[in-house]
Amino acid sequence: MSMDAVFKALADASRRRLLDSLHAKNGQTLSELCGELDMTRQAVAKHLVILEEANIVATQKRGREKVHYINPVPINDIADRWIGKFERHRVRALADLKKMLED
Amino acid sequence: MGKFVYVTYIRTTPDKLWEALTTPEFTKQYWFGCSQECDWKVGDEWKLMFGDGRVADTGEVLEIDPPRRLVLSWRNEFRPELKAEGYSRATFDIAFAGDMVKLTVTHEIDKEGSKFIEAVSGGWPSILSSLKSLLETGKALERWPA
Repeated sequence: MSMDAVFKALADASRRRLLDSLHAKNGQTLSELCGELDMTRQAVAKHLVILEEANIVATQKRGREKVHYINPVPINDIADRWIGKFERHRVRALADLKKMLED
Repeated sequence: MGKFVYVTYIRTTPDKLWEALTTPEFTKQYWFGCSQECDWKVGDEWKLMFGDGRVADTGEVLEIDPPRRLVLSWRNEFRPELKAEGYSRATFDIAFAGDMVKLTVTHEIDKEGSKFIEAVSGGWPSILSSLKSLLETGKALERWPA
């Protein structure tokens, strides 16, 4: 629940891919998410626990299954803490410029 | 079905959080000027209004159990293409989590690829960050993040 936990959870490419997958299709089971990554079921489950502990993934039961949802609230807290106060629109303009030049 | 689940942990009490969710003067502070109009009984009409008085969304109280659970039907009123999707359902669950309170907001609609759910999914994280900030520090976020 701390910002440390969020930064740590995000500091792993596999976990970021899981978040991308949930962003593309919200509400997936462990089995569905396993299809996304070249990893064992246990490894994916472990990554999901870390994401859940950092509260960037929220889960709900659906029958006997556990369904995973992306929860951007803690990332939003960080964005506000670290970017919001530093004139976000200017940062956005630079991000847009970088995207335009790289596309 | 389109569905989002948002969770935030707030250093406060369930009663205080309930008050923040259901009192217009409180809501205005963290919801970027928006406030609700409702008598908070099952079957009551519910309205969310912008700061300038225009109606943003309407619905009805489906379930209410202070300070634990609130379920609202919810339809957009100011964008015709979103209004056309009909009623969604928003659930607020409040639970103790150690020395904090866990707020879970679930917003869902019986429609794949819902534009409405896409639109609210952009708003909820900011509203909840602002609510957390207000309850913990006494200061909400000042404006919608650009």
